[in-house]
Amino acid sequence: MEHPGQVKDERWAGRWMSALMMFILVAGVLSFVWSARSYWLLPLASAQGVVLDQLFYVILILTAIPFVIVHLFLGISLWRFPAKGGERAAHWHEHLGAELTWTIVPTIAFIILGVFGEVVWAKIYSAPPANAEQVDVIGRQFEWQFRYPGPDGKFGRTDPKFVTASNPFGMDPSDPENKQNVITVNDLHLILNRPVAVRVTSIDVIHSFSLPNFRVKQDAMPGRTVEVWFTPDKAGNYQIVCAQLCGVGHYTMRGNVIVESQSTFDQWLQSQEK
Amino acid sequence: MPTQLVERQRPGSPLRGLGGRGRGPSGGGAAPGREPAPVGTGLLGVAAFLAAVTMLFLAFTSAYLVRRQETGWVEFAAPWVLWLNTAVLLSSSVTLDWARRRIRSGDVAGLRRGVEATATLGLLFVLGQVVAWRQLAAQGLFLTTNPHSSFFYVLTAVHGVHLLGGIAALALVLVGTWSGRYTAQNHAGITNCATYWHFMALLWVYLFVLLFWV
Amino acid sequence: MDAVAVHQPEAAHEAHPKESFIRHYIFSLDHKMIGKQYFLTTMFMALVGGAMAMLMRAHLGWPDNGVLNPEQYLQTVTMHGTIMIFFFLTVMLTGGLGNLLIPLMIGARDMAFPFLNMVSYWTFVPGVLTILASFFVPGGPAGNGWTSYAPLSGVPAAEGGAGLGQTLWIIAILFVVVSSLFGSLNFLTTILNMRTRGMSMGRLPLTIWGAFVTAVLALLTFPVLMAALGLLLLDRVAGTSFFEPSNLIIGGGAVAHQGGDPLLWQHLFWFFGHPEVYILILTPMGVVSDIISAFSRKPIFGYKAMVLSISAIGFLSFLVWGHHMFVSGMHPLLGAAFMGSTIIIAVPSAIKTFNWCTTLWHGRIHFTTALLFAIGFVSVFVTGGLSGIFLAIAPVDIYLHDTYFIIAHFHFVMASASLFAILAATYYWYPKFFGRMMNETLGKIHFALTFIGIYGTFYPMHFIGIHSNDRRLYENTAYPFLANTGPVDVFISLSAFLLGFAQLFFIFNFFWSLKHGPAAGPNPWRANGLEWTTTTPPPHGNWEGELPTVYRWPYDYSVPGAKDDYVPQTVQAVPVAASAGGGEA
Repeated sequence: MEHPGQVKDERWAGRWMSALMMFILVAGVLSFVWSARSYWLLPLASAQGVVLDQLFYVILILTAIPFVIVHLFLGISLWRFPAKGGERAAHWHEHLGAELTWTIVPTIAFIILGVFGEVVWAKIYSAPPANAEQVDVIGRQFEWQFRYPGPDGKFGRTDPKFVTASNPFGMDPSDPENKQNVITVNDLHLILNRPVAVRVTSIDVIHSFSLPNFRVKQDAMPGRTVEVWFTPDKAGNYQIVCAQLCGVGHYTMRGNVIVESQSTFDQWLQSQEK
Repeated sequence: MPTQLVERQRPGSPLRGLGGRGRGPSGGGAAPGREPAPVGTGLLGVAAFLAAVTMLFLAFTSAYLVRRQETGWVEFAAPWVLWLNTAVLLSSSVTLDWARRRIRSGDVAGLRRGVEATATLGLLFVLGQVVAWRQLAAQGLFLTTNPHSSFFYVLTAVHGVHLLGGIAALALVLVGTWSGRYTAQNHAGITNCATYWHFMALLWVYLFVLLFWV
Repeated sequence: MDAVAVHQPEAAHEAHPKESFIRHYIFSLDHKMIGKQYFLTTMFMALVGGAMAMLMRAHLGWPDNGVLNPEQYLQTVTMHGTIMIFFFLTVMLTGGLGNLLIPLMIGARDMAFPFLNMVSYWTFVPGVLTILASFFVPGGPAGNGWTSYAPLSGVPAAEGGAGLGQTLWIIAILFVVVSSLFGSLNFLTTILNMRTRGMSMGRLPLTIWGAFVTAVLALLTFPVLMAALGLLLLDRVAGTSFFEPSNLIIGGGAVAHQGGDPLLWQHLFWFFGHPEVYILILTPMGVVSDIISAFSRKPIFGYKAMVLSISAIGFLSFLVWGHHMFVSGMHPLLGAAFMGSTIIIAVPSAIKTFNWCTTLWHGRIHFTTALLFAIGFVSVFVTGGLSGIFLAIAPVDIYLHDTYFIIAHFHFVMASASLFAILAATYYWYPKFFGRMMNETLGKIHFALTFIGIYGTFYPMHFIGIHSNDRRLYENTAYPFLANTGPVDVFISLSAFLLGFAQLFFIFNFFWSLKHGPAAGPNPWRANGLEWTTTTPPPHGNWEGELPTVYRWPYDYSVPGAKDDYVPQTVQAVPVAASAGGGEA
């Protein structure tokens, strides 16, 4: 390669590039270890989150392996094979065995991963248990509203034609049951160890009802109500994040989740009744 | 000594693909210095364009079918002029294909008459579509009245725009007939135009059926 | 000047009349000039998109400094994504590299439809002007994300200030779509019908295979975007309700729309959107294959597998779009199906990665800047591809969706990988088109700073994403668990500034070398492709005299017993080395 400025002995360049690849390898892995101390999965507070987190870790290991292997391979090749004299490169360019191996092995790994994923996915979208607490959720610019059934456990009738800015749930004013329903803004009360089924929708644009500690995320879609269920298993206060760009106030659209015992919840609900 | 290969390309002409170069009716064959090209370049270009047009209308179709399942779907009956327009457009396909067969026998005058008839019928179709729009407006059906009317206006407008493009191509063909561009051996441009035109006619039939009969 | 006559070898050098300035530079029909027009325009747009990124990071690193207000922030985010994807990457790869390289690499005089080619560029330009104009209209440019989800983008009352800006956004992209459709049609037809004698499909360089499948994808998916954009435009300006359901309350009042479906926008958009990202990676994959091969002096490993993989990725890319919509509320069965298809599409990408690595093994590597970026491509593509596996598994995507983890993923596979391939291609083919060599020292500095800058900017985003830092957030102050991300944000911003700074080396090098770079011969890299068999720069009609005839594939490097370590495609019989038992360099 005789163009001006070209050095024929590429070993110096090869070593630097090799070092760069090795640096990425080491830094890439170590930075994850470092990160896990301060920036990691949020503390888990739901029962179904356990298997999701396990899946995450399985994928983490499975992806770390090729990350390391490829960068190691690059590091070694760039170190060993810079042009340095008159020798020629090899000319081989096919090897069915190698090709089949690195087709079949990843395929199998992916299939196994996929099967796990499908099983977990099916469980997430299974029907909620009969004793699930029911909450209706509405996302709107830029807050969350929640509707709880009264002590009798029943929701009042709603109809889209009643939806207004002050009645986002569209509650039918002629249904007395509605007077017993409790509406809160930005405060979601959940019962420790009791499943909750939330029905999520929006009255304006798409929001996303995201409870990262519970590994729950469901887009709040106007014109559509989607139900998801989960079981909070750690008491405490957590946040709701709006996870879909919904306008200028998107970054302010935070809600609160309070996970409390059944008796505390009942007391709270009672106090909300007017 | 390699043989002298002489080839002419006319990169500036918009009709490049339409001219043919002594190959088959679609323009396919082996050009000197090139790999064999079984499908003429012009026809391939038209086919690629039609693939894109197909995807456009498939997207609209899926939007239409999804929307139709929502609550509150009402349909209006097809204005009678649409039947007339369909007949006009299908006739224009017939005339264009007749023109194509005429030039296959070298009849340039026949080609010209057929193309003129097709273009006229095509324009009549477009006018007829506008009449259909006026008929709908008279019934109080506008773009935003209901989803069915929305789709009707959108689909007919988009189809109409593409048809007008076809009419423009026919006008260029007419100009070509005056300069003696098309012969019995060289008329790939006519084949390409006809392909596009027949597709537009079939597309209209499809849309008509989709909007009112499915 | 319309006729490109073949010159008999002994004829006068310039047999055709001189073109006017307008004909030669403005409305050129020559693919090389059109390619340069595209190249320079998209490079400019890359700088605009990059400036948006610098603004974003200036804000995010130091949110209290008041660089941007919330609305401006969202507009910056939107325009960054929109400009980079539509006005830089897509059009640079197709209009820029496609135009420059396709006819030369397949042995054609020009594109199949040169007039349409010129029209394609001049349809792109109004799109550029429109999107740039949107910065200056009342309310400013669009601020609803490059994905522009309805109803936010369909109902002007929902968005704060950006009214006209969002409408202009739609129109600008419509121009790009039409331009790209014409271009793809041209590339497809050219590759199929205009290959020179002997250039069978099985002897095409992988760059062309990439460009070919890309053209198919673009042809079939851009129309879907066009449909979606048309319907959205009508919703915005004409009051139709394709994407807005009934009973919306926006800004305290009821909105007139009824019965539309926001999910429809997502399906239409992502049906285009997913193949779009493969449009942005397939040609780069081909380019990287050709460059690694040329600078390892070794045939690409597994050419057939590479072709099959490109084709498989192209085909499968139509079947995975729902993985952008796992939490959208679509039926879970659909989610399960898309999870399956998404996992499969990872396999051909893995195959390609291993083949690139194996090509280097036992090669004789020359560390030119082009090769550095090609190897950098492999590294960032692997990193980005692996983060995609987390996202393919839908249950895990629930947690990671719409966080910085996603931003990390697509900036590695799309922004970095495609960008690296574009830069590699520039360093590699610059001598052919401009007749000069770029400066290698500046190139190596550019590479080192860019590579470090990319990893420094985007790798930490995995961490804050895992920490559930959502994207498109003006500030993190609403969420206590994000209180500690400040230092990471600063680190990312500083790396991003380094990344931006690094590009100055490239820009300077590019323009300085036009006049001051050492003159380049026809084949400075001693590479095999057809483009290197003609003069530098190539003349009108690409080859003086006859078109070349091709006798072999483009990867005959280091053929045992051959005199040289490369055998161009036009060589019929391999010249053997002087000494029997061969092997002298």
